Amino acid sequence: MSSDNPDNSRRKFLSGSLTLVGGTGAAATLWPFLSSMAPSAKAKAAGAPVKVDISELKDGEKIDLIWRKKPIWVVKRTQKMLDSINTNETKHKDPLSENTEQQPNFAQNKFRSIRPEVLVLEGVCTHLGCNPAYNPDENNFFCACHGSKFDMAGKVSNGSPAGANLKVPPYRFENDNTIIVGEMPEKVDIDKV
Amino acid sequence: MEKVLLRDGEITLHTRERSNKWQMYINIKGTDVFVRKSTGTSNLDDAAQIATNYYDKLKANASTASNSATGVIGWIDERLPILSFVRDHLTNYYAPKNFNFWYFFGSLAFLILFLQIFTGIFLAMHYKPDAKLAFDSVEFIMRDVNLGWLIRYMHSTGASAFFVVVYLHMFRALMYGSFKKPRELIWLFGVFIYLALMAEAFMGYLLPWGQMSYWGAQVIINLFTTIPFIGPELGVWIRGDFAISDPTLTRFFALHIVAVPMVILLLVILHLAALHTVGSNNPDGVEIKKHKDENGIPLDGVPFHPYYTVKDFVGIGVFLFLFSLTVFFMPEMGGYFLEHANFIPANPLVTPEHIAPVWYFTPFYSILRAIPDPAFGALAMLLSIVVLFFLPWIDKNPIKSIRYRSMLFRVNLFVFVTGFLILGYLGVKAPTPLYSALALRFSEMYFIFFALLFFYSKSRGSFYSFFYSGIIISLITLYDITRINLENYIMVIIGLAFVCAFVLFMTISPLYTNLNREKEVPERVT
Repeated sequence: MSSDNPDNSRRKFLSGSLTLVGGTGAAATLWPFLSSMAPSAKAKAAGAPVKVDISELKDGEKIDLIWRKKPIWVVKRTQKMLDSINTNETKHKDPLSENTEQQPNFAQNKFRSIRPEVLVLEGVCTHLGCNPAYNPDENNFFCACHGSKFDMAGKVSNGSPAGANLKVPPYRFENDNTIIVGEMPEKVDIDKV
Repeated sequence: MEKVLLRDGEITLHTRERSNKWQMYINIKGTDVFVRKSTGTSNLDDAAQIATNYYDKLKANASTASNSATGVIGWIDERLPILSFVRDHLTNYYAPKNFNFWYFFGSLAFLILFLQIFTGIFLAMHYKPDAKLAFDSVEFIMRDVNLGWLIRYMHSTGASAFFVVVYLHMFRALMYGSFKKPRELIWLFGVFIYLALMAEAFMGYLLPWGQMSYWGAQVIINLFTTIPFIGPELGVWIRGDFAISDPTLTRFFALHIVAVPMVILLLVILHLAALHTVGSNNPDGVEIKKHKDENGIPLDGVPFHPYYTVKDFVGIGVFLFLFSLTVFFMPEMGGYFLEHANFIPANPLVTPEHIAPVWYFTPFYSILRAIPDPAFGALAMLLSIVVLFFLPWIDKNPIKSIRYRSMLFRVNLFVFVTGFLILGYLGVKAPTPLYSALALRFSEMYFIFFALLFFYSKSRGSFYSFFYSGIIISLITLYDITRINLENYIMVIIGLAFVCAFVLFMTISPLYTNLNREKEVPERVT
């Protein structure tokens, strides 16, 4: 009788292929559950670009807005603040903003902005995500959680626990006084400035 | 050199030239094998004692040694008996070799329980138990959460699938007498699981906060207010308000996602522990543990794993196919799984035109409606569930399986199942005079089933048979006399005639025919 001499290679093949097919099925079944935990369509819709009017913003003032549930700072830098910004290698971890993750192309410059006087930053410390405080008198941003210090262009100082410069979100100027955070500028917008 | 034989030559003690201490050998398949350097003594009596003790220890170890594992699993198993658990409940758990189609539903119920818990966890991540937010959060799950509709439909279809599977599982028990001695506790835990499942499904149905959620809960909670004296207070206490509102929703949410699932899990563990203590019944209803081989293994048993795990996987495959078909193509099942009115937010000021519970409650709902009195209707419904608990003591017939029971038993079971389905159908329909009359008659038939089960426990004499049927018939007739009037007398008399004829036939025919003759139960499974 055949059951006395089971064909082991056949058996192995069958259990192997069953495990493979069943395992793939089980893994595929997990997909809806894992994907349900990603941002919902509603959360994504809430991540749409935000407009901000800066006509009332005075020199040295900062306004906070929220884009994708993150605080966004818009600071009108004074001449003194702009003077304090340097690209000294000994003072900054990334003086030339070479870490392309931390700003869109248009902000990879000395002032990390489209217009020198208008700074737009994500107010999220690149160490562990606290909100750094704005110290206009000392020309810096200071994160009280773990003592990271950023200059007036959001560049992280040497000796800070944070490893990267504060992030510049994508933004563009709709007109002289209106910024849209969350949209990349077209080339013309930069040329205009 | 000396040689001494112990235990009929299984152990041998030798002395050697260089040492006068006794050396121990064990006879393995005719050869003396040296097992230990020395017994360490030259005294023969001491040496014999040491050798026999050592031999017994070896033998005891040998029986378990083949099962012990090494490596990480071995390390864990020494501290936590996972391997022996797997052995006791899967590879060394012997189930009767003659399981058939009806034995798929236990493992399927287990699968669905897992599925409900799993999908429920993910729904709870997005659902908001607040009367103001609940309905919208369910719509949010349906529209905005990635594949949220799929998870919700799996959960809602899973609820119905759970009841389909559990009803088939219970029918199997009725057919093959799986509730009978020594499996009474398995049945009791099972009925408790069924009760907990009803509570779970009922509370879960309130959560979407649609019209049917609201009004269904309204009707069911009002059942409690029919309890004498404490009823109205109890209703308020259950709701946490004077009407169903936010506190009702939040407590139902807590009970639905934490308390009742834990109770169900505990009951399932007890159900399985009791099952594995006495062993499974089978379609022949004979005890496989009565015939064992010399190793104590039932001759008609096969290890649960791999034999029944493989079989169950086939069942799971077919089930998942049907389940997916439902989830993807007809998740509302034409309004039976998810009722149309539940897609309208709960409105305490407007009752939907027609309220019916979800299909799995409708047989009991029919029994509730059949008696036109709130308290007695609720009592009848309660009794229809309570009677299930007593089943092992109602049906005392020693023959378990339908295969060897009489024709009348089969007729009784067939009528019961048909009646149960008809009650279910009537429960989703709006009551008309005809439907109400039918609901009442089939409710009576529901209880007559149990009365007849008791009657068939042993063969009854002619006096007993006439007396027994007389009691049932007079009870039904008495109730009909109280309600007959000029408008309904035709329907009452026809219904009464049918039920009485059925009872008379089922109780009196054994006296004059062979219809109640039982077959001989085989010694071993066939």
